[in-house]
Amino acid sequence: MASAHRLQSRRDLMLSAAVAGFATMLAPRLALADVKAVEDEIKKLYGDKKIDSGKIKLDVPQIAENGLVVPITVEVESPMTDADFVKAVHVFADGNPLPGIASFRFSPECGKANASARMRLAQTQNIVCVAEMSNGALFSAKAEVKVTIGGCGG
Amino acid sequence: MATNSVPRVRVPAQAKAGDMIEIKTLISHEMESGQRKDSAGKTIPRQIINKFTAVFNGKTVFEADWHPAISANPYQSFFFKAKESGEFKFTWKDDNGSDYTATAKLTVA
Repeated sequence: MASAHRLQSRRDLMLSAAVAGFATMLAPRLALADVKAVEDEIKKLYGDKKIDSGKIKLDVPQIAENGLVVPITVEVESPMTDADFVKAVHVFADGNPLPGIASFRFSPECGKANASARMRLAQTQNIVCVAEMSNGALFSAKAEVKVTIGGCGG
Repeated sequence: MATNSVPRVRVPAQAKAGDMIEIKTLISHEMESGQRKDSAGKTIPRQIINKFTAVFNGKTVFEADWHPAISANPYQSFFFKAKESGEFKFTWKDDNGSDYTATAKLTVA
């Protein structure tokens, strides 16, 4: 009786340890967006349209010491005339709780398609941006930021 | 929550026609992401500025949609090609429905 009881409690212990281990492994993954979430967001905006690389200069630090304030500058090559300009640039991250960061909407009056902001990054991840031209063409760029201290509520 | 958001904008007072000027804006705001929990474990509700708009002489020239991943006290800069004198009007839209505004004059020589 005593040994059976001990056995059972050991099994319980192992089981709960396994569950706890599994949960900690899974928990941060469930809470954060991933590459697929970013792809889904882009699909929501543009469907299956072809996206080329190039034209975009995505300026983010390679290493960010503080994930709460990470500077980002995006510049898209374009003459910015009424006939040919950059309509929008959407910025996403694949390791934050939510994939969206910002969307910048330009007009020919801007003269050049360049915008800067500051973002929060929860961990080391990729920044993906998609630029939409006035003729409908799409371009994208990607850059990795290594984050030393995450910016997600401590 | 912080509803006394103070915007600050930097626009060059003068420019020559054809000049590309950079406009820098900053506004004090918590940008509560809706991801954080308080000491009791309850999620703190999201309250961010979700949209920034720059209008020059009545025409929208630049807009930004912001998500919770934008840092507190959000900074936004963009460019503008000076053609004529006029006035900028900047608007920040809060999740709680309030708007914060600022204006700046530009003289084109």
